Amino acid sequence: MELLYALTLGVLTMSGVYLLLRARTFPVVVGLTLISYAVNLFLFAMGRLHTGKPAVLGQVAEHADPLPQALVLTAIVIGFAMTAFALVLALRAQGELENDHVDGRGKR
Amino acid sequence: MTLALIVLLPLLSFFLPLLTDTKGRSLCALATMVAPVLGLILLWSHAATVFSGGVVVQSWPWIERLGLTISFRLDGLSFLFALLILGIGILVIIYARYYLSKNDPMGRFFFFLLLFMAAMLGVVLSENLLLMMFFWELTSLSSFLLIGYWSHSSDARKGARMALAVTGGGGLALLAGVLLLGQVVGSYELSVVLASGDLIREHALYPLILVLVLLGVFTKSAQFPFHFWLPHAMAAPTPVSAYLHSATMVKAGVFLLARLYPALSDTDLWFFLVSITGMATLLLGACTALFQHDLKGLLAYSTISHLGLITLLFGLDTQLAAVAAVFHIINHATFKASLFMAAGIIDHETGTRDMRRINGLWKYMPHTATLAMVAASAMAGVPLLNGFLSKEMFFTETLQQHQFGNFSWMVPLVAVIAGVFSVAYSLRFIHDVFFNGKPVNLPKFPPHEPSRYMKIPVEILVALCLLVGLVPGFTVAGLLAVAAAATLGGDLPTYSLAIWHGFNLPLAMSVVALLVGVLIYFGRHRLLGWHVHLPRLDAKNLFERVIQRLVNQAAMLTLRIENSSLQRYLLWMLLTALLMSGFWLMQLPSLVGPMPMTPVDGATLVGAVLLMLTAAATAYWHRRRLVSLVMLSVVGLFVALAFARFSAPDLALTQLSVESVTIILMMLALFFLPRTSPAESSGLRRGRDLLIAGLAGVLVTGLCLAVLTRPYDSIAGYFLANSLSGGGGTNVVNVILVDFRGFDTLGEVTVLAIAGAAIYALIHGLRLRKPSVDEQGWTWARDAHPFMLVNLSRLILPLALMVSVYIFLRGHNLPGGGFIAGLITAVALILQYIASGHAWSQARWGVDFHHLAGAGVIIAGLTGVGSWLFGYPFLTSAFDHFAIPLVGEIELATALLFDLGVYLTVVGATLLILSNLGKLSIHAAREPE
Repeated sequence: MELLYALTLGVLTMSGVYLLLRARTFPVVVGLTLISYAVNLFLFAMGRLHTGKPAVLGQVAEHADPLPQALVLTAIVIGFAMTAFALVLALRAQGELENDHVDGRGKR
Repeated sequence: MTLALIVLLPLLSFFLPLLTDTKGRSLCALATMVAPVLGLILLWSHAATVFSGGVVVQSWPWIERLGLTISFRLDGLSFLFALLILGIGILVIIYARYYLSKNDPMGRFFFFLLLFMAAMLGVVLSENLLLMMFFWELTSLSSFLLIGYWSHSSDARKGARMALAVTGGGGLALLAGVLLLGQVVGSYELSVVLASGDLIREHALYPLILVLVLLGVFTKSAQFPFHFWLPHAMAAPTPVSAYLHSATMVKAGVFLLARLYPALSDTDLWFFLVSITGMATLLLGACTALFQHDLKGLLAYSTISHLGLITLLFGLDTQLAAVAAVFHIINHATFKASLFMAAGIIDHETGTRDMRRINGLWKYMPHTATLAMVAASAMAGVPLLNGFLSKEMFFTETLQQHQFGNFSWMVPLVAVIAGVFSVAYSLRFIHDVFFNGKPVNLPKFPPHEPSRYMKIPVEILVALCLLVGLVPGFTVAGLLAVAAAATLGGDLPTYSLAIWHGFNLPLAMSVVALLVGVLIYFGRHRLLGWHVHLPRLDAKNLFERVIQRLVNQAAMLTLRIENSSLQRYLLWMLLTALLMSGFWLMQLPSLVGPMPMTPVDGATLVGAVLLMLTAAATAYWHRRRLVSLVMLSVVGLFVALAFARFSAPDLALTQLSVESVTIILMMLALFFLPRTSPAESSGLRRGRDLLIAGLAGVLVTGLCLAVLTRPYDSIAGYFLANSLSGGGGTNVVNVILVDFRGFDTLGEVTVLAIAGAAIYALIHGLRLRKPSVDEQGWTWARDAHPFMLVNLSRLILPLALMVSVYIFLRGHNLPGGGFIAGLITAVALILQYIASGHAWSQARWGVDFHHLAGAGVIIAGLTGVGSWLFGYPFLTSAFDHFAIPLVGEIELATALLFDLGVYLTVVGATLLILSNLGKLSIHAAREPE
């Protein structure tokens, strides 16, 4: 399972990084989103992988590590804010420069 | 406390001159004087201790791990300097009151002056060397501000910049020296450092330390070859020159020589470096001064020469030389400050400082002339004035030293030559300015005596020159004795301050200097004629050229690295990250740790493969953006499933709701962006990117695998054990968010609200072209609000709100909570915006999302503050069980209130972002194509 999990993260990161290096804003934002998925999953995995042990008391005897979960929960929400900000920045660039090249100097 | 107050008072009273600026010039000056006068009183309260040879040390711990304490020290040497700084400071304030014109912002001038005063006091009173460094840099900065006070003048700006570059650069060297010194000694406290002289001198690092410290000293005290900044600093207003460039700041360097004398001196290296630099400076300054036509230029070079003299004295291998050096510091400060002030008066009254035009002023301003003549005579070393006494001591010591072996005769020779020129330029100051014919073409004519009070500071200083010169025993002897004793750090050698020592060699040297000096002055025309033909080296141009070249090269280098291409930056960043983490990953003995892996089940395998495929598809179809976006949404859903699969229901719920919002947002944005990306990258470029992406993927896989297969310790046990008893909830994740780590969450919701506000600001005023057709070239549907969607969405809204309330309330004990409930509410509301349009929804909603997000942060914050009322730390939560009729017993925690804040912020910020983006499309739609 651990190997599968790690491989999945690797593919997520790879796709994200490839998109990050593209020349247009939209794919970069998509890549950023993919990387933030990978990062969230990675942070979450710091508590190791557990099956059927939610960190809710009184339901099961053993519990997964709740701390990475709490950290990742806020990270997901903040990640949304960041994606939104990057997107609006891209829109602003489109509005001001009339093109969506990341350096603002592509063909219109 | 009193010592710290002396330093801090000028800083604390900085607002006084700024406030009184408009209330009148005298009031402004008086307000400025409050701090130095109080400082003098405080200083005087320690006089008894200091004069009985005591040392006052007051200290408070600061950053102890760095050896940095706030500690101050008052002994004879620092007493002398503090006295000079405060005393001459007060005189300069009086003088500046009359010197500055009505157009100069006086409040700002005095503010800078107070800042400088505090810095200077800090340098001389610090017991901790690191603290001293702090003030040392502050003197460079504040002197930059003071020299550049007339910022409209290019000379002032360039002079200020040069002074800052040279003294600031020296300061860096000094810092390195001080740090090494602290490492060698093991403490930065002066008491320890001064007592460890032998340890320092025998240490292998001693030569390095000495050179670094001397670099700081020589740049600050304008020693050759760093002297060139001082003449250019003369672009400063004259009160600044009188204060900084004669009495105080340039003395900071020689102060440090005196301060560290017991710790660093007494080696051949010290004697050679210090004395040779001193000699070079002494000679250069004295010879150059004569050829200056600018009144302040002459004084500047004379200052350089006298600083060289003091440095030379510290570099002579006799104990009395250090005493003479301290004595000359006092004398030079008094006569040079008064001379600068006199020069300022002349400049003020005639409108020029060119000595070829200023002649015969005796007729117009006899009072000022008398004062200036006495001070200039002191500078020349005429008997019965203070300059004579220290110069005699200087001549005596040059004869006493033997450090240059067979060439020791060189030192007295240099001293006499410098003395000759010193007499010649002093005479030029007197004769050229006040006699020597009539004024030539003065901008202000006829000149007259300045305001009565402007002369008072000069009179006081000149009186001191006379008193010290006539009755040294009654005036300066005590102060000199304690200051010199503190410098030497031990017993004081016997010396006599008498005016008459009988006919001896030093007296003969003085007489020769006087006579030859007079001869040279009267033969000056031939010398000046010869000097004109000398090749000229303009330090300012040279310096500016060097700086310009440096700046150009730096700019070129920056441009090469920073070519304003995001792709390039990302590439650098990714490569760095790869290298840094890859290197450490390579150090692992084996990638896979000792923990056994858990078996894979079929459903998870299918999910993982789908996740990988859709992620790859997102990248593969990135040029067809809508397809890519759809793939991305599938990835997001599978991530949510992954969270659910691995025992994190809260995360799954959050991811699910965030996913919806994100995709809606991206679709909104995509509406305004091109639907496809053009194929721009070459095959090679794509291959390179693919390689980097692949490496990143391999790295993350390796890293993740390495972590997952190794055992670990967690602090989770604490949270699991205390969640119910301490936080009153069984959903530990939620309890961590709203209770244990509530402060973090408060910060996070604040960031969310700020992001919402920032996005609002970015969208505000944005105009975008609305595409008329979609990807396939079809026009948009006419019906913006489809009947089915409108009705369905209105039906869903109350249901969705109810679900979100349920999720919110149960959050403390079961998966849910403010974040998730907020996102569900946001999605429900956004659906209304999508279905029924912005205007319809906004009219019914009626709440400003800014306010909602702000209110959320405030509620969360106030919940935290509320616990203060009950005497608990910030964000302590309380809970209890209440029985409510019909509903039954429920548990209420203050954490719920906090979670409400989180909920409102999430709803507010999310809708702030989305509704504004949506509104954009309305504007765009209205705009004509």
